[in-house]
Amino acid sequence: MSVRVGVVVFPGSNCDTDTVWALSRAGAEPVELWHEHADLGGVAAVVLPGGFAYGDYLRAGVIARFSPVMRAVAGYAADGGLVLGICNGFQVLAEAGLLPGALLRNRSLRFVCRDVAIRAERVDTCFTHRVPAGRVLRMPVAHGEGCYYADAATLDALERDGQVLFRYVDDDGNPAGVEDRENPNGSLRAIAGVINAAGNVAGLMPHPERAADALLGSDDGMLVLRSLVEAAAERAQGGSATGDGVAARAMTMATGTGQ
Amino acid sequence: MNAEILATRFHFAVNVLPKEGILDPQGRAVEQSLPHLGLAGIGQVRVGRRVELAVDAPDAAAARGLVEELARELLCNPMIEQYAIEALGAISAARREVGG
Repeated sequence: MSVRVGVVVFPGSNCDTDTVWALSRAGAEPVELWHEHADLGGVAAVVLPGGFAYGDYLRAGVIARFSPVMRAVAGYAADGGLVLGICNGFQVLAEAGLLPGALLRNRSLRFVCRDVAIRAERVDTCFTHRVPAGRVLRMPVAHGEGCYYADAATLDALERDGQVLFRYVDDDGNPAGVEDRENPNGSLRAIAGVINAAGNVAGLMPHPERAADALLGSDDGMLVLRSLVEAAAERAQGGSATGDGVAARAMTMATGTGQ
Repeated sequence: MNAEILATRFHFAVNVLPKEGILDPQGRAVEQSLPHLGLAGIGQVRVGRRVELAVDAPDAAAARGLVEELARELLCNPMIEQYAIEALGAISAARREVGG
């Protein structure tokens, strides 16, 4: 039986249909969650898709934060529920304080829409346990406000605590400097995605759902989405709520596919 | 009736700016355009946002309290921005009726 994964639809979301499609491919039964409803319908994970929620007025993601569905998502996350924010969804989670840091206007001031290379810094999480360690993933970015910012002390703490989940890298897998072309928005320390301390909420600027079929140029995004769907299924079946099962499997995979 | 002041409408502006030291690519872009304009001696340009609003409240302190809360919760992200509240004056309900 496939696991139900919610996809939040805000006014201005525009990646919701792609996300539903890609989650289906990853084995989930996607459920659309309307922004005015505070009920998540018993889903085993929630994805906040890309787009321009509430027109991105004021600051990207900030008005979405006060919607009924986000109050429900905040409670769900506090109870340990799995939440993944993609692009605008990441901005919403950062504005809501569910993830550390902020996404500033791109250093170039340009909207950037192209494929980038990223590397998962951890492959033992509910969002990355399917990703082979050290593998360079290709997926598109499409955003105007993706420059990851946090103060130096917070950045140091994120690195120390393993909360940097993805980094922009060059073809050889080395992190890109803030002015390098491989870093599409000038993110500090090349951060493309982060995870919360509890390990159940994550966000990234690149779009895994747009890299979900080799016909589209890459299916690397499926590694992320399959990780999430499998972790959600494990929880729905009463498996380890702490993700130990997933983590144990990830360890095995990492050993088996080490660089 | 008209003479009685039921509530007063207070006008405010909230000026939001990127915090000191935060990357401000808009400010930088403006600065970089200065040579094209032939203007010299201008620097430290920062681009922010000004929000004007009106609050109906019994007194100025209550009105400012609401604006503070709005600025803190919504208009400004304290991680990256700072704000300053500017009072722009007040009009009482009774006088507004007289004014049409």
